[in-house]
Amino acid sequence: MSLFKARVYVALKKGVLDPQGKAIGKVIADLGYQGVREVRQGKFFELLLDLSDKEKAEQLVAELSDKVLRNPVIESVHFEISEGEG
Amino acid sequence: MRFGVVVFPGTNCDYDTYYVLKEVLKEEVFFLWHKDRDLRGADCVILPGGFSYGDYLRAGALASFSPIMEEIVSFVEKGGLVLGICNGFQILQEAGLLPGVMLKNKNLKFICKDVFIRVERDNLPFTKKLKKGRVLRIPIAHAEGNFYLEEDELHRLEEREGVVFRYVNEDGELAPEANPNGALNGIAGVVNEKGNVLGMMPHPERVSEPLLGGDEGRLIFESVVEWLKER
Repeated sequence: MSLFKARVYVALKKGVLDPQGKAIGKVIADLGYQGVREVRQGKFFELLLDLSDKEKAEQLVAELSDKVLRNPVIESVHFEISEGEG
Repeated sequence: MRFGVVVFPGTNCDYDTYYVLKEVLKEEVFFLWHKDRDLRGADCVILPGGFSYGDYLRAGALASFSPIMEEIVSFVEKGGLVLGICNGFQILQEAGLLPGVMLKNKNLKFICKDVFIRVERDNLPFTKKLKKGRVLRIPIAHAEGNFYLEEDELHRLEEREGVVFRYVNEDGELAPEANPNGALNGIAGVVNEKGNVLGMMPHPERVSEPLLGGDEGRLIFESVVEWLKER
């Protein structure tokens, strides 16, 4: 068994309204910062995995991403897997 | 008639719903725990409002993986009646039993107030005591009720007349200011294709007696009873 770390990023799909991101963007503009065209808020997950190899880790994380971590109607996902706890 | 009211950790409208069915309608009603795998012969299963699992991950998402949801899916396949109210609606969406997803309210606020909804379908087990076009005054209480569906699927939902309730003004007209949360097409309630699963964001159990400021919500529960009796 080896230890893997998965980092999963879930974001709202393009075209889906993100009122939270809009509110954050407005605050940034109100603070006087310039050049920030848009803010979109998403979610970030870290999964620590005990599995025999990296291929299994990729399969598992792909399945969990679609089944649990995102709602495919509104959210897209991508992930990275590295060896060890790091 | 036998009603089962499902309780998840964080559900908080379970007793209101139970009370209306037992004390107002005088029907048989019992609670079903989310870990149960037995619907105990319920004729209609109700998923009440609340904050199941604290709305962690996404509203309704974690509850949709509960053991009882597997039983509810097969109950639905056999034609059983399921009503999801507020968080119960969100759970049914996450479980794939109803289309769409609830985004955060457009104004980012938790909204708790009376709204007007228009009945779009009166030929369902849940609406047979209502007339199409009737306007009901009924409270909402949610932070995520902004119904969203991709354009082509929204079109399909409208084509098959899957929309049961829409937010309207007092005169029954669609208007931007009458839509409290930004829901697409003013959608407040939808039904599945088979017509046996209804989800609605407003709370009929909160307006089921004149003492509480209105009793039009009761018509939805009474419709179910009447439909089951005639079956």
